[in-house]
Amino acid sequence: MAADTSRSVTGAAAGETTLAGRGPGPGRTTAKSAGAAAGSPRGGFRRALATHWYAWAMVAPVVLVLGVIVGWPLVRGVYLSLTNASERNVARTIGVRHIEATYEFVGFDNYAAVLGDPVFWQRLVWTVVWTVACVSVTFALGLTLATILNRQFRGRSAYRMALILPWAVPGFVSVFAWRFLFNRDNGILNKILDGGGISAVPWLDDPTWAKVAVIAVNVWLGVPFMMVALLGGLQSIPAELYEAAEMDGAGPWQRFRHITLPGLRAVSMTVILLSTIWTFNMFPVIFLLTRGGPGDSTEILVTQAFRQAFVASPRDFAGSATWGVLILGLLMIFALVYRRSLRKQGEVW
Amino acid sequence: MSASESVAESGSASRSKAVRPRGARSPLASFGLHATLLVASVIAVFPVLWILLTSLKPAKYAISTDFVKEPTFDNYANLLESSHFLSWFWNSVLVAGVTTVLGVFIAATTGYAVSRFKFPGMKPLMWTLLITQMFPMAILIVPLYNLMGDLGLLNQPLGLIITYLTIAVPFCAWMMKGFFDSIPVEIDESGRVDGLNPFGTFWRLILPLARPGLAVTGFYAFITAWGEVAYASAFMVGEENLTLAGGLQTFVTQYTSNWGAMSAASVLIAIPAAVFFLFAQRHLVAGMTAGATKG
Repeated sequence: MAADTSRSVTGAAAGETTLAGRGPGPGRTTAKSAGAAAGSPRGGFRRALATHWYAWAMVAPVVLVLGVIVGWPLVRGVYLSLTNASERNVARTIGVRHIEATYEFVGFDNYAAVLGDPVFWQRLVWTVVWTVACVSVTFALGLTLATILNRQFRGRSAYRMALILPWAVPGFVSVFAWRFLFNRDNGILNKILDGGGISAVPWLDDPTWAKVAVIAVNVWLGVPFMMVALLGGLQSIPAELYEAAEMDGAGPWQRFRHITLPGLRAVSMTVILLSTIWTFNMFPVIFLLTRGGPGDSTEILVTQAFRQAFVASPRDFAGSATWGVLILGLLMIFALVYRRSLRKQGEVW
Repeated sequence: MSASESVAESGSASRSKAVRPRGARSPLASFGLHATLLVASVIAVFPVLWILLTSLKPAKYAISTDFVKEPTFDNYANLLESSHFLSWFWNSVLVAGVTTVLGVFIAATTGYAVSRFKFPGMKPLMWTLLITQMFPMAILIVPLYNLMGDLGLLNQPLGLIITYLTIAVPFCAWMMKGFFDSIPVEIDESGRVDGLNPFGTFWRLILPLARPGLAVTGFYAFITAWGEVAYASAFMVGEENLTLAGGLQTFVTQYTSNWGAMSAASVLIAIPAAVFFLFAQRHLVAGMTAGATKG
């Protein structure tokens, strides 16, 4: 019991450090000093085990599960991207007959092929355009609506409910609803335009309009989350700041620029990061609305990878894995750059 | 809360003749505010409303522009009688439900550990959880597909559940960390003083306090699994094995569009989710941003 108590005390102290300073420093120093005090590395490990076994036992289930269902497939995915695996040569069972895999290791051939292919670069450009367009429009609209809703007026909660509705409906249902509205000959949008004397817009049949349409739908889906998150951020800005600014004679724009925007920075950074990642990987909107079409004009990286493995014939598993690895690489670079820029601005994240 | 607005108003009030009380608004500003919100609300609600109205029209009028035309429940009756809607619904409930329970269960202690302890391996673990969340399914889908094929789990709810855990577990752990962070550490200390070990503290003191957080996390995991499209489309084939995301696609193919059935199915999927969601949404946002900013 004595040993137990000492451990819990260490735990409690560690807990306090966690809450007090969320910087990157303390954890590492603690571990280092523990190792140094113990002398030999083995003793250090034993000591660490004695101190930290509670924590390690608590995280063990997640580490195990992720190791098996994420780690292993990840390693295998990277391996597949270095082979020529396709539907024709992977191991498969037809009836009772089992056919062994016959695909071969081909090194970096797939990467050379993908990176040398203009298709990859076209997809990348469109994916970036799509992500930037969606995130910036969503953020601008979300911020506008949040600022308006942050005021006091009659019917506020009714408006709020209505504006959140797109978020409450499962994404794939909304996308089908939009497909119905966008229908070229019978969709309500074109009928309304027709009533106004404007000829039908080929929403999903023309490459440019299809791009507009997928962005519009994604913005429609994304605004509610953005709005609610920013509204939360706005409400956490102390009212005294505005009063003080008013005393000093700051105009509405100055107050927005110097109080609201800085006050929202932490929330903005988070929601922009999240929605960038979500949009970059947004599969359902593209897949269900246009299937990447017309032609391949709205295909983003993720849907392209899916198409290669599950739509194209023969299914190209190696090619799809290569695209997957490249997408992951891009996202990790993005996250690192983003984190670095946050650090520079002094955000602790 | 009303500060920005009252400030803005008193600014303009000093210029106009009649002095308005703080917080009041000129009629013009009021009109602009309501007009903006009204337009935004119509855009937000219309697609959903239109599907609801379409589902109540006879199928032959599905594409008419009339708001209501001979309202009927035929679409619903047909949907339930002559499609696999109920099996899809059951598959979705099963997959999303089990994923949620397992995800929350597996991830709970991890959320607590990373919230309360500093331990070697914590930083890499946090990074793994974060990066796994932004994994595109593109990287895992092929290996998981082959793995499920080898195990004979394609077309089985179990296969999809295992797959969804790759999304749910890191997500749940990350979100729960945010909730545990919001519980004062003094409670843990009092538990330790009373002789509880960390497991006991977690189980007896923290978990009951974190129950709303667990519910929110679970709800999120549920709707994520409920709305997942890519894995469901790739792993489940054959009419009655589909989940809702796959099933709805069968109504609108390249060649035929059964808008009547599609709209009725959409309503049956969306309305319970939406009602539940609108009740829970306040907590949802708090949880998500807490988990994300306090990393």
